[in-house]
Amino acid sequence: MRSVSDKIKTTNILFFGIGGQGVLSASEICALAALNDGYHVKKSEVKGMAQRGGSVESYVRFGACVLSPLPEQGKVDILVCLYESEYPRLISELRKGGIDLYSYLTKAHKVVGEQKIFLNAFMLGVVSSFLPIKEDSWLKAINDTFSRKQDKNKEYFYQGRRQVVSKVI
Amino acid sequence: MPTSAQKNIVLLSGNEAVAWGAWAAGVCFASGYPGTPSTEILEALSSFDCLEAQWAVNEKVAYEAAFGACIGGKRALTACKHVGLNVAMDPLMTTAYSGVNAGFLVVVADDPGMFSSQNEQDSRRIAPFAKIPLIEPSSPSEAYRFIGEAYQISEKFDIPVLFRITTRISHTKESFEMDASRQVPIRPLDRNISKYVMVPGHARARHVDLEKRLMRLQEYSENTPLNRAEIKDRKIGFITSGICALYTKEVYPDASLLTLGMSFPFPINKIKAFAKKINKLYVIEELEPFLEEQLKQEGIKFIGKKSSWRCGELSPHAVRQIVDQKERDEQPMKSRRPLLCPGCPHRPAFYALKKLRYYVAGDIGCYTLGALEPLAALHTQICMGASIPFFEGIGKSNPGQKVVAVIGDSTFIHTGISGLISAVYNNTKGVVVIMDNATTAMTGAQENPSTGVTLQGKKTKQLVLEDICKAAGVDWVDVVDPYDLKAFEKLLKIRVEEDKLSVIIARHPCKIIDPSRKPSLKIDQKLCKDCGLCLKLDCPAIIRDQKDSLYIDKLLCTGCGVCLQVCNLNAISER
Repeated sequence: MRSVSDKIKTTNILFFGIGGQGVLSASEICALAALNDGYHVKKSEVKGMAQRGGSVESYVRFGACVLSPLPEQGKVDILVCLYESEYPRLISELRKGGIDLYSYLTKAHKVVGEQKIFLNAFMLGVVSSFLPIKEDSWLKAINDTFSRKQDKNKEYFYQGRRQVVSKVI
Repeated sequence: MPTSAQKNIVLLSGNEAVAWGAWAAGVCFASGYPGTPSTEILEALSSFDCLEAQWAVNEKVAYEAAFGACIGGKRALTACKHVGLNVAMDPLMTTAYSGVNAGFLVVVADDPGMFSSQNEQDSRRIAPFAKIPLIEPSSPSEAYRFIGEAYQISEKFDIPVLFRITTRISHTKESFEMDASRQVPIRPLDRNISKYVMVPGHARARHVDLEKRLMRLQEYSENTPLNRAEIKDRKIGFITSGICALYTKEVYPDASLLTLGMSFPFPINKIKAFAKKINKLYVIEELEPFLEEQLKQEGIKFIGKKSSWRCGELSPHAVRQIVDQKERDEQPMKSRRPLLCPGCPHRPAFYALKKLRYYVAGDIGCYTLGALEPLAALHTQICMGASIPFFEGIGKSNPGQKVVAVIGDSTFIHTGISGLISAVYNNTKGVVVIMDNATTAMTGAQENPSTGVTLQGKKTKQLVLEDICKAAGVDWVDVVDPYDLKAFEKLLKIRVEEDKLSVIIARHPCKIIDPSRKPSLKIDQKLCKDCGLCLKLDCPAIIRDQKDSLYIDKLLCTGCGVCLQVCNLNAISER
């Protein structure tokens, strides 16, 4: 945590979708990757009824010192939607000028096809290319989170990561 | 536990932080009953070999088992959700009188916003009612640090401590540096009869003593660093506690702030001193006006929230609106409604109950989802174990109305058994359906006595549900697989007509613990007349496509075969 300058501002990412899509694994990996890079991280989850196909949303905030686990309304820097019909529900959380990854969802579906369990890994790859977090930190986070099919997950992660010509926010 | 290689930096949820804090404080015994958002506390504690962590059958039993360990001289803990604490109120109230031997913590996780609960009661009010101190961390890292302090308070003042968190703390993960070392303070078994036998003569003396302990706690609360004032801008200041402290800091980083980590006994002098320095003083708190009332009582001038904010969770945005003296206006964004999983064994049971138009007294678990359209076959759900007593009362007050009780395996063991014994004893007739899916599903598939497996996943003696029903004196006990819809429906009809008390155990394992599948089914478009009968099952695998015809999603379908039995046109078959 000490390696980060106190002046660095907090980055807010919102992952959302429905139960069973791996929304929480994706936000976990993102939080761990930020931790691995020395940031202070907070990650909030709403998962009460998630297992029954209900809505799932998870905010990841990282920076020098994160206070609230929830950002202020409309202050999300990167919006990561994993389920089309959930998109309108939380679009208002994105800040003006923030990055909306919704357009990558169609591509993600094309790439993973019926192997929907890798949708989160692909989208995480897209997210990663917008964040100032080292590649090694991502890979370590993926290894620490996914107990199975790590190679396949990394493969889709890289496919997502390659979608964007790297531009760090 | 994920850690960073260089330092011991961990990413822990509030619940995991409580468990690690308890481990570090030398807790030797922890007991609880699963309940969102508190469940992961015991699950995390179960990973330590050096202490006993267990699922009890309910929160009262959990409290008492843990308190026994405290009398026995070992630091102990019980953890539950807010409504679970109601079940444990009986021992809670009187253990405040008796006091403790080794330290004793009651960890309660409230659920503002009711993400997964039947009410949003504010457990802070229990502290003054029970006359026990209240500790409120505002983050996972604080939860970890405050646990040790809470045990010291418990032992120093001879009292159980209420340690209160909320969903937003339980289910927030935070990275922090953990100095992971464990110290185990142990005391000898306490044989002090006048302390632990609360007959009136002893209890009167203990009540007097409790009042003295509270006076000393009051003094402690004035001086403890758990209550911390940060004086910055004197024009605006806040008094707050728990997660609200962080929301407030997020929105008003330059304001002065008094954060109450120990909010009962109320540190009134500290608050008066803070209030004097501040021009405009606000109180920010979720749910009840708990702090506000204390300030009012002392005649301290402050600006509080409009009463509309007593409902629901707060957020940084809400803090801003409260300061602007606005009413709560936000319409909660409609989130997807939960569904029973594909292949869920509760689905055919509710389909049959709906078809037969019985009045169904329900209970708490996944099967409560049977109340939602289009199944809409469950008519009551108030609290754990209420189904069987409700069934008795509703049936006896409405002769001629067919009433059925529906209760899950874990809920039946929690507080259902006593209702069944009472029903037998009071000559009640009718049918109780125990939906036995072999797990405590709603909270994420925990073990219970009827699974015969402990919290640690070890084999133990198995409670046989049919045996306990027979022993209670039930006339008929049948076991049926609800996947066989016709057999279940037929049996239900026969038993309901009899002048007896019957239990039907609808037994089929939850799809979460038994992910085995049969080949998925398909709908023959040539035979399907779109009558909508299969849709009444509310199965997520039966979907209407863009051309408006019905199909079965082969990834979601588990091949349970229930829709095949429902279809009158033989349009559904195996792939």
